[in-house]
Parts: sequence; C-alpha cells; structure tokens
Amino acid sequence: MLTIEDLQVKIGDQVILSHIDLELKPGETHVLFGPNGSGKTSLLMTIMGYPGYKVTHGKIAFKGQDITHTPIHERAGLGIGMAYQRPPSIAGLKTRQMVQICAQAKGGRKVDPEVLAREVKFERFLDRDINVGFSGGEIKRSELLQLMAQDADLMMFDEPESGVDLENITLVGETIAKLLQRGAPRAKKSENEPTVKERLINRTKMGLIISHTGFILDYLTVDKAQVLYNGVLSCKNNPGEILKCIGEFGYEECVKCLM
Amino acid sequence: MLDVRSRAEQAREKKAALGADIDLSKYSFAEVSHPYLQDLRQMPPEDREQMLNAGVDANEVDRSGTFIQKDSAVLYSKSRQEGLEIYPVKEALEKLPWVEDYYGKLVAPETDKYTAAAELSLQNGYLIRALPEASVSMPVQSCLYLDRDGMAQTVHNIVICEEGSELHVITGCATSPHLRNGLHLGITEFYIKKNAKLSFTMIHNWAKNMAVRPRSVGVVEEGGLFLNNYICMKPVKSLQMYPTTYLRGPGATARFYSILLGHPGSELDVGGRIILEADKTRAEIISRAITNGGTIVARGDLVGEKAGIKAHLECKGLILKGGVIHAIPELKGKAEGVEMSHEAAVGKIAAEEIQYLQSRGLSEEEATSTIVRGFMSVDIPGLPKKLKAKIDQAVAQSEKEMM
Ligand SMILES: Nc1ncnc2c1ncn2[C@@H]1O[C@H](COP(=O)(O)OP(=O)(O)OP(=O)(O)O)[C@@H](O)[C@H]1O
Ligand SMILES: [Mg+2]
Repeated sequence: MLTIEDLQVKIGDQVILSHIDLELKPGETHVLFGPNGSGKTSLLMTIMGYPGYKVTHGKIAFKGQDITHTPIHERAGLGIGMAYQRPPSIAGLKTRQMVQICAQAKGGRKVDPEVLAREVKFERFLDRDINVGFSGGEIKRSELLQLMAQDADLMMFDEPESGVDLENITLVGETIAKLLQRGAPRAKKSENEPTVKERLINRTKMGLIISHTGFILDYLTVDKAQVLYNGVLSCKNNPGEILKCIGEFGYEECVKCLM
Repeated sequence: MLDVRSRAEQAREKKAALGADIDLSKYSFAEVSHPYLQDLRQMPPEDREQMLNAGVDANEVDRSGTFIQKDSAVLYSKSRQEGLEIYPVKEALEKLPWVEDYYGKLVAPETDKYTAAAELSLQNGYLIRALPEASVSMPVQSCLYLDRDGMAQTVHNIVICEEGSELHVITGCATSPHLRNGLHLGITEFYIKKNAKLSFTMIHNWAKNMAVRPRSVGVVEEGGLFLNNYICMKPVKSLQMYPTTYLRGPGATARFYSILLGHPGSELDVGGRIILEADKTRAEIISRAITNGGTIVARGDLVGEKAGIKAHLECKGLILKGGVIHAIPELKGKAEGVEMSHEAAVGKIAAEEIQYLQSRGLSEEEATSTIVRGFMSVDIPGLPKKLKAKIDQAVAQSEKEMM
C-alpha cells in the first residue's frame, strides 16, 4: 500500500505540490490526468525519492514504512519502480547491462534480457548504450523493459503512450496491463490457470499512470482517475467520466464541476 | 646506422616541444644484464604478476608470440606461428640488411633529446613482422619491463605488416613493484602496407616516479587499417607522447583510442595526430580522460589534405576528485570537401544519471562506478574480443583507486 498524506513539495523555494492525499491499495491502479506543468511528473519523482523534490510537509508511506526521507535506491529495493518520461542517457552502459541492474533491484532475480526484450521488440537495442540516440517511442519501450526486469510492486508510468506509434501502442498497452496483472481476461488454456476471479483476488501490483489522452485505458481498466491541477489533486472519479469532462469543458471547468 | 647516430648527436640537448623537460643526467643509461629465459615460466612470480597486469601471459595461452625486455636485456623473443617474425631489434639490424630501410625512417632521430638519447644509448627493442598475406589472428604479446631503480630504458621498436597481412599486438610496459624511479624512452615505427591490418594495444603500468617519453610514427598504405589503443590507468610522474600516423594510400584508415587516468601527482600529456594524405582516407581519434587529482592534457590533431576524407575526433574528460583536464582538439582542413568534426567535453558525472541508476536499485557509489565504467568503455570495432576484454580488465583494476 502507498499512502500519501497532506504532502507539500518544493523545488528550490517554489511550491509545486500541495495538500496531496493519495492512497493506493495493493492490486489497485490509478490514472493521473492534468495539464502540462501541473506537477504530475513531480509527484512521481517525489514518490521515487528524488532529492531535488523537497518534501516540506506531510508524509509518504509504502508497505507500512515511512519513506518520506528514504534514499532513492532503498525505495527501489522496497519495490518502487518508475518508467520515465525523459530518462537520461548513459554512454557506455549497454541496455543489456541496465536490464541486469534492474533485475537486482529487489535482490537477486534472474532474468534473460533477450527473452524480456523480445516481449517489447527490443532485442536489437540490447547492445546499444542505454537511451543514447533512442527515439521517443524507443525510450518508452526501453523503460518498460527495465520495469519488466525490476518486478517492482508499485509501478509508476509517466506518459507511457505519448509519442508511441499506432502499431506499438498496443504493445505498450498490453505490456503495462501484464505488468500490473491486468491483462485482458482470456479463456483458460489449462486446468491450473487461475480463473478471472482468482486473478483479481491475487492481484498485488500497484500502478500509477500519467496520461494526457487516456488511450492507455483501451488496454487496461483502472480503479480510479485523478486530476492534478496547479499542484493540487483535485478530483477522484471514474476515468471515463473525467476524460469526457476534460474533453468537453477543459481542465479548469472540469476541476470546478467535480470538486 | 651511422646516419642515425650522427643525426641523433645534433639533438642531444634539443628540448621537446611538449611536456616537462627531463634532466637525463639523473638516470643511468648503463646496460643491466639478465639471463635469457628458455621458458617463460622460469620468470620470478612477482615479475610474472606485474607482466600479467600489463597483458603478458607467461603461459602464452592464445598468443602467437612473445617479446620481453627487462631493463636493457632481452629475456625472451619468440614467434610461435608461421608468417610471424619476432626479433630483438639489434639482432635484426645485424642479420637482416633490409631492416636499415625501415629503421629510423619514420621517427627522426633528431626529433628531440629523447629520441637522440634513445638512439645514442640504444639498449634494444623489437622487430615484429607479419609476412605478406599472413593472418596472425592470436595477438603477439610484448613487454618492456623496468626493474633497476634509477635506470633509463631505451628501446627502438619496429612493427611491419606486409601486404594483406593481419597482426594484433598487445604490448605492456611495466615496472617491478620495488622500483621507485626510472625513465623510459621508446621509439616505435609502424609500417602498415597495402590492405594490411594492425591492431596495437598498449597498456602502461608505470610507477609513481616514472618519467615516460614514447615517440611513435606510423604509415598506412592503400586500404590498410591501423587500430591504436592506449591505456594508462596507473600512476606515473610524467608522461608525454603524441603518436603520429600518415594515411598515405587511398582508403587507408586509422583509429586511435585512449583511456587515461590521472592520479594525484601524475602529469599526462597524451595526444594523437593523424594526417590524411590520400583520397578516401578515414581517421578517428577517441579519448577518455578521468582524473582524481592528476593533470591530463588530452590532445588530438587531424589534418585533412584531400577532398572526400573523413575524420572525427572525440575528447571526453571526467573530473572525479579534483585535478585538471585540458582537452585540445585540433582540426586542419587543407582541401575543399574535407569532412572533419570534433567533440570535446569536460565535466563531472551528471546527478540525474546517478539518480536514474539509483532508481534501478544501485547505491550512489555503485551508480557512480557504473557510470565511470561506461564512460571508459569505448567500442573499438575490429578489435578481437579477447583484447577488448584485456582492456576492460586493465580499466577495472583501477576502479577502486578512482572512486
Ligand atoms: N528542476 C526544476 N526547476 C524549476 N522548476 C521545475 C523543475 N522541475 C519542474 N519544475 C516546474 O514544476 C512544475 C511541474 O512540472 P512537472 O514536470 O511535474 O509537470 P507535469 O505535470 O509532469 O507536466 P507535463 O504534462 O508537461 O509533463 C512546472 O511548472 C515545472 O516548470
Ligand atoms: Mg511530466
């Protein structure tokens, strides 16, 4: 479980998030909407533990542990992972090595980078330096690949579908659904496979997805949608309803009407 | 030979263009004899270990031949493969008349007082030659080893790749663990003939108070390839070198890679110069410099003389814990239609790169060393995997000292 209570965050002297309350139960996935510059990425970076995002009020707890001031790598060790909107590139570090690093995040997990990469059509990038010269869409798949290796319990996705072409959007959508144990229900192939209901009960992964378009919702259901507006989490509602409202009236009106 | 000596005489006092001036009178140029080894495994264990660090395997596993010089004496010189010749250079000069056509033809003996001293008090050096069309796929290993404290080691090396041949050389320079003070003066001349390929990987493991002045010049003929790798990760007091290569035949290629670490008290002035004289020649100089308190001057100089040549220079420096990195990239285009570029950057590790890796589970220290490792791991196309592994190993050995 992730619990955020009355959080205020500053970059330098500027308040960029305030009065943020958020609760994400095991198995839940939320989607986060909000206009450019409203603080969505900042919220994720704060949860991840980036020291540039100073928590000046409130607290963050994960799996019952106060992590408000826990360093980034310890949060990764606890099972928090993030697919970035704009990750840095690291010259000389191969994508293959990065996948192995991710696999160690929670302790010695064994992965085969080739096998994982195949799932996001990324085999031929394994021997390239991580993110160096990757296109926008390639970055998204690289980030997903890393999360696949990491096997985090809380996965945060920062605009996973933006800049992804029509062919790959399905791939991205289905990969996220799978990571969050939300793959579309399909007919049982064998006796041992869990039923849809069992799957629902056994679902433990938590997801927080930032989206502008909501396209991602074509591939997975989410439990809740929230709108971040001017650094404040303004409403919680059914994602379809919110999207429709934003589309028709714009963020400003939408936030007012649903508050 | 007379000519070489008399030309050297003139330059006895001639200061070098670059690098601190070294007082040669402080070193002993006297010969030190050591017995020739019938078997490399007779070597004392501590020497063996130092040589291993410099890439020389006493068991000669995966090696096509070996040359070892300790102080002034050749300990071992042997080719294990057909099509490959290895001689101590003095022996070659005595027995093989044609060697005169190569000796001293690229590195002018009057270049500076170091080349002069090397020629005037020459101890030895190697001649390594791949015969025409010979494909020597396993590397030749060579080691120039300094054991006697206060000694000046002088060598003159010649590497010849005859037409259509392929040769890989890994050469290590090292000192015994007890050596405190010494000087190494080395001349090396490279001849890469038509369609021949040479990879030359030099790993330096000097000592804290060593002064080192290598002088090397290469010529690459039509369609030839010269890969020159240089790794210096260990402390050295003063090192200055500016190897030069002439791409003389159409389609010739030269690529220089260097990885340098500047320790506190070390002064490294290392460059590479490639002159693209012929049509369709290609050159690339890539250097990575890291300092944790030392001073590194990283030079690079490309001269394009014909339209249609392509040359690129990349100088990257990382300051970890104090020290100075001075990148001096130079390009000179002398014809319309040359394509030349350079990229130079000196900085520290970006915090966001460290944090990115932290979010994948690495601690700050682990993240930092991962980034440094990446920084130094340059892809060297055409270099056999095993040699690349040697380079990575030499780099990894110094990782702890870097952090
Ligand atoms: N390092 C920084 N220094 C100063 N201001 C910053 C910094 N990082 C973010 N901000 C500001 O904080 C605000 C929130 O930025 P954030 O990146 O969280 O927005 P976002 O909701 O993710 O926007 P987008 O939809 O465009 O990705 C913006 O006004 C931004 O300019
Ligand atoms: Mg954002």
